[in-house]
Amino acid sequence: MNDAIQADGLTKAYPAGKAGPPLRAVDGIDFDVNPGEVFGFLGPNGAGKTTTIRMLTGLTRPTAGGATILGLDLATKVTQIKKRIGVVPEASNLYDELTALDNLVFSMQLYGVPRSQRRLRAEALLERFRLAEKRDVLFAKLSRGMKRALTVAAALAHRPPLIFLDEPTTGLDVMSARNLRQMIAGLRDEGVTIFLTTHYLEEAERLCDRIAIIVRGRIVALDTVDALKAGAQQRTVVEVVLVDSGGNFEKRRIETDDVEAAVRHALAETEGRRVVAVNTLRPSLEEVFVRLTGLSAETMLAEKGGKGGGNAGG
Amino acid sequence: MLADDLRGMFYIALKDLRAYYFKPPNISWGILFPFAFVLAFAIRNPGETRELVPGLLGLTILFGTSSMEAIVFAFERRIGSLERLLLAPIRLPSLLAGKLLGGMTFGLAVTAVVLAITLAAFGITGVNWPLLLLALLLSAAAFSALGAFVSVSVREVFEAQTLANFVRFPMMFLGGVFVPVATMPPGLQVVARLFPLTYSVEALRSALDGAPLDHGMVDLAFLAGFAGIMFGLSVWVMRNKQD
Repeated sequence: MNDAIQADGLTKAYPAGKAGPPLRAVDGIDFDVNPGEVFGFLGPNGAGKTTTIRMLTGLTRPTAGGATILGLDLATKVTQIKKRIGVVPEASNLYDELTALDNLVFSMQLYGVPRSQRRLRAEALLERFRLAEKRDVLFAKLSRGMKRALTVAAALAHRPPLIFLDEPTTGLDVMSARNLRQMIAGLRDEGVTIFLTTHYLEEAERLCDRIAIIVRGRIVALDTVDALKAGAQQRTVVEVVLVDSGGNFEKRRIETDDVEAAVRHALAETEGRRVVAVNTLRPSLEEVFVRLTGLSAETMLAEKGGKGGGNAGG
Repeated sequence: MLADDLRGMFYIALKDLRAYYFKPPNISWGILFPFAFVLAFAIRNPGETRELVPGLLGLTILFGTSSMEAIVFAFERRIGSLERLLLAPIRLPSLLAGKLLGGMTFGLAVTAVVLAITLAAFGITGVNWPLLLLALLLSAAAFSALGAFVSVSVREVFEAQTLANFVRFPMMFLGGVFVPVATMPPGLQVVARLFPLTYSVEALRSALDGAPLDHGMVDLAFLAGFAGIMFGLSVWVMRNKQD
């Protein structure tokens, strides 16, 4: 089976101009996305995530390299590719002047969905995204979470096998973000391939089968979440939890290459307290990210404007 | 692919008409604004009112097609919805043609109302209808393409409005609407000959006077060429902006 996406030396360079010196926004990246997987694309602001999506979706042309999308060459088959992909941009961008239902119908009209199916599909999508009661409400009047959900629904209206989600939960409250993550997980279960960019590392860890980390236009890591963590773990962290007679807990963490010796040492130094747990800890995706990019997750969120997304629970 | 393009054009035009054009402020503005100008002129020169009808029609179609067309790209780019259209499986010229079709349809609809009123009011007969329809259609295409070019060339809506007025108002006063081009000083006549409104008004005048079709061919050819050049430039600008 073809890869859903195969990028080969994909490059976007901008010459020097009013905006500044020459820039290689995306610098010769190679990666494959397997059919049916959720592929996370992480990186700090300005790393090249959105430029990559713009190239893969035909919004801008690569200056070098290329890609195939669903087996179609991006350089020559861009219109056919557009017919088979759905895109949810970072900003919810449906038409304020149209109702929820009319926005979905217009999406289907553009993609050639037969007239007899448009209304049925639109009603089903509204139901699925918990917007059935808002079918006749103007897009402008919907809450931010509802607008986001409707934007995702519009991207799915022509039933694409591949969908690009650019920061889908940015700016959403905790409940809306949670609902949206459940919808994304549901799509994955239906076999839709998802290319996801996000600033929320827990979200990526929870949803993605594989993750690429892009920094300054180059992919610095690409693997499954587990493999990325394993690769980042240079020394084992042993955590010993102690409790004293007054019920006060203390956690001690020891980085070591010799787990047995570290545990023995920790047990010998309890100072009369009771050992209630001994764990070996694995690094979080955040630690992997920090190690590879030199940026903390907090810095990344602050760069983005921070609010929303909630925690990635659910 | 052609079917995709044609379908896309049709639905983009339909969406624009529903979402932007056929709103009460647009309709009233599209009709009242040219009437107000012509009325002001007619009060000053009551004997020449009939002479103003081609200019009135030209102004109506100019403002009817270009007032929204000149801001719609900048507006949709600003709110992000232009990206939806650029992601749709249609080619860029078809997207643009869909936008033009919306503006043209609205401009022609408003002009049809004004035409009906003026024909009845002045009892105009002996009209060369094929020439009139061609003149209206090509004027709508030229002004709509001019509006689109203004809109794709700027970033912000207010810039589009400023630039559109910068182009339209000199046209309005030098395009033969109120003063025949032949009576202008030679320098201004040269300027007037650069404006599509001049050719639109002359073609409309020929049609309303019942002149034969070949009498308006130069004017029609200029309007068609102007529309084609503006359309091509708009596609080129949009393509460059995307990259």
